[in-house]
Amino acid sequence: MVFASVVSCQKNSRPNYQFMPNMYEPVSYEAYQESDAFPGGVEAQLPAEGSIPRGDHMPFEIENTNAGYELAKATLQSPLDSTQIDSPRGGQLYDIYCGICHGRNGKGQGTLVKREKILGVPSYDDAGRAITAGSIYHTIYYGKNAMGSYANQLNEEERWQVVDYVLKLKADLEK
Amino acid sequence: MIQVIYRQLASKIPYLGLVILLTFTTSLTAQEGDPAKGKTLYNTNCAACHQLDRKMTGPALRNVEARLAEEQGLDREWLNKWIRNSAGLIKSGDAYANQIYNEYNQVAMTAFPQLSDQDISDILAYTAEPKAEPAPTPGPDTGGTGGQVEGGISNKLILGALAILFALLAIALVLVRQTLNRFAEEKGVEIAAQDKGLPIWKAFVKNQFLVLVSVIFLMLASAYFVYGYLSQIGVDQGYEPVQPIHYSHRIHAGENGIDCKYCHSSARVSKHSGIPSLNICMNCHKSIYQVAEETQQMGIDEYGVDYNAEIQKLYKAVGWDEDEQQYTGETQPVKWVRIHNLPDFAYFNHSQHVSVAGVQCQTCHGPVEEMEVMYQHAPLTMGWCINCHRETNVKVEDNAYYTKIHEQLSKKYGVDKLTAAQMGGLECGKCHY
Ligand code: HEC
Ligand code: HEC
Ligand code: HEC
Ligand code: HEC
Ligand code: HEC
Ligand code: HEC
Ligand code: HEC
Repeated sequence: MVFASVVSCQKNSRPNYQFMPNMYEPVSYEAYQESDAFPGGVEAQLPAEGSIPRGDHMPFEIENTNAGYELAKATLQSPLDSTQIDSPRGGQLYDIYCGICHGRNGKGQGTLVKREKILGVPSYDDAGRAITAGSIYHTIYYGKNAMGSYANQLNEEERWQVVDYVLKLKADLEK
Repeated sequence: MIQVIYRQLASKIPYLGLVILLTFTTSLTAQEGDPAKGKTLYNTNCAACHQLDRKMTGPALRNVEARLAEEQGLDREWLNKWIRNSAGLIKSGDAYANQIYNEYNQVAMTAFPQLSDQDISDILAYTAEPKAEPAPTPGPDTGGTGGQVEGGISNKLILGALAILFALLAIALVLVRQTLNRFAEEKGVEIAAQDKGLPIWKAFVKNQFLVLVSVIFLMLASAYFVYGYLSQIGVDQGYEPVQPIHYSHRIHAGENGIDCKYCHSSARVSKHSGIPSLNICMNCHKSIYQVAEETQQMGIDEYGVDYNAEIQKLYKAVGWDEDEQQYTGETQPVKWVRIHNLPDFAYFNHSQHVSVAGVQCQTCHGPVEEMEVMYQHAPLTMGWCINCHRETNVKVEDNAYYTKIHEQLSKKYGVDKLTAAQMGGLECGKCHY
């Protein structure tokens, strides 16, 4: 009886009691904590404007406009040389972030497309688009129309690895 | 003279017929696109920016041909030009082309030079199809729930049946006793009157040994429960809070197979896995503004959740105006309730386990891809960490960082494979600082 009433009091939608909470609760701000000290009341804040993430060399200077896209398409080149290119890693990143829509082989038939959740994903060998390293980088960085930006999930070096992998898929498709 | 005219006219009649015929046939083929083919073409080429019934990157395209003809007096010719090369048409100074281009913030529509006339009429035939009626919503007794309800009922039935059975047994026993008594009375058998000995509890108190044993037993039992209770203090296994947006891992990571790291991106590189910021949700949810009908129905039947309303909550939080397809700039943070949380004195790092050790998320977080609501699968106690460190081998292959220490340590322990514990995963300072 006692056991039953104890068990029934346990509710999974509330955290359990803690013993000596002052050793459990941090003094400093913890990730995802709420606090009045921050605008909006949340600990997660955008970085200050103009800051450069560690590991990224330079801010990306080309703008998010049609003109910027064309400029990138025509001129932008990968800073990685052939020794720095790590295809297996590029492939892993590609499968995580792009494969879900573009498909593992880049034909535009990822799981979400096959299930008709997202439509209109192009194949990389689409002649009308004629993508280049620069245009792929621009697309990953800013997104394009219905495709979002992946700049906050991939850092600069990773973006270029993915670009290289996409070019490889494109070459395979065109064969 | 008259004759001449007539002769020419006569010779022209077949031509005239041909011309008339031609115009008819062309207009006929023009209208006779194949909507089925059109649908595939539309889905591959246009659906990224256009939807039939609502604005997306580009305008809604349902009945676009009729609409443009009525409102702007534009014909198929214009549409062909526009679809093959809208930028060219805009440059040529076409009034409507420029108007719509500016209306859509000068977003360039992709050029489709590869589409033939036939392709375009297929697509337009598809856009001219009447809007599909929403399928009649099936009654509450559809397959899925049917099964569940049945399960519930059958459980209750079994319990009820058992209860009735016991009641019957009890009644039967009483009846048997009564009849036996009656038999005894009839036969004149004297039922030995119970000798009024000691009541049972007094007998118990007198027996010192029995008292001792039962006291010890009671104390042990209560100690066991108290110990069990105390050691589960601060352990939140099974903690399953209600989240501000009903976000389902079952749908995202399970059914649609989205990789965990797509959203929990920083698990690859940092201590925290992080909760995805809402712009990541919008990568998909710009296009997915409502769930498929089956999904919606299943949500209502099985989980009592209106999935579409949940997506609206997401839009509200990011400040996405669906009608305008623009961000309003009015955002409000979503207060996700944190579930897994180690106390401040323990240090846990995701990248060490996910990227270096290559441990699957599911080893620690359980069958996430089946969770409709996220809960804590593991106890997250120190014993749990330590057990795994004792049992799991370190992935030393292909890791130059480990070559040297691996050699030294495998000599020291005389083993080939090192566990995380042997590499120092039991040192207090690794986890407590
Ligand atoms: C949520 C689905 C989705 C994901 C994930 C996605 N894309 Fe896309 N992608 C699209 C859609 C939709 C388009 C078509 C955009 C348009 O209308 O131009 C597109 C277009 C492209 C294009 C062609 C752009 C052009 O120049 O015309 C490239 C290149 C591309 N994606 C690369 C990537 C890479 C690399 C990744 C992974 C970092 C990725 N995509 C992830 C949906 C997605
Ligand atoms: C890259 C995104 C994109 C793709 C892909 C796209 N469109 Fe468009 N479309 C637009 C935009 C944006 C507009 C609005 C005008 C502008 O800004 O150029 C538009 C306008 C139009 C119009 C004029 C509608 C009106 O109400 O005036 C038609 C017709 C049209 N598109 C048809 C198509 C067809 C057919 C396809 C597929 C073969 C297609 N579009 C593919 C972006 C796109
Ligand atoms: C589409 C994005 C997305 C994907 C994919 C995804 N998650 Fe999540 N995850 C979230 C969001 C949003 C939350 C916060 C809401 C909640 O707790 O339900 C969350 C919460 C969690 C939590 C609980 C965090 C806490 O508060 O302690 C864990 C653990 C987790 N996810 C693990 C996983 C694993 C493992 C996978 C892969 C099988 C995965 N997630 C895939 C978006 C995602
Ligand atoms: C890679 C694509 C993708 C991403 C990223 C994504 N979703 Fe979804 N979401 C989907 C798909 C696909 C569905 C199911 C649609 C269907 O079944 O028709 C869905 C359904 C939903 C639903 C309704 C069902 C449910 O889970 O309650 C909600 C709410 C939702 N998403 C919220 C979010 C949130 C919040 C995020 C960001 C943490 C997010 N989504 C990120 C693809 C995505
Ligand atoms: C070795 C066990 C283990 C593995 C493997 C693991 N986690 Fe965790 N996870 C934990 C622990 C422990 C916590 C609590 C951390 C804390 O409170 O500091 C946690 C916390 C989280 C959180 C809550 C927020 C945070 O970042 O602290 C999320 C989200 C999460 N994990 C997702 C994932 C995903 C996604 C993967 C796979 C890529 C994964 N985890 C793999 C043990 C693990
Ligand atoms: C699923 C098994 C597993 C669980 C559970 C687990 N770990 Fe680990 N842990 C490992 C493995 C394997 C390594 C070795 C990784 C490597 O360096 O290659 C490791 C390494 C570590 C290290 C680095 C050790 C060193 O020698 O530098 C720390 C710190 C750590 N774990 C903390 C924790 C904490 C805290 C928990 C409990 C919240 C935990 N781990 C739970 C498998 C696990
Ligand atoms: C693999 C990581 C790991 C190592 C190594 C480790 N601990 Fe812990 N320890 C933890 C975690 C995680 C907790 C928090 C458990 C909880 O919240 O229930 C903890 C909790 C504790 C507690 C209990 C605090 C409380 O309030 O419940 C003590 C005491 C403790 N550790 C001492 C030690 C000592 C002493 C050592 C060295 C012999 C050690 N730990 C090594 C991970 C570790």
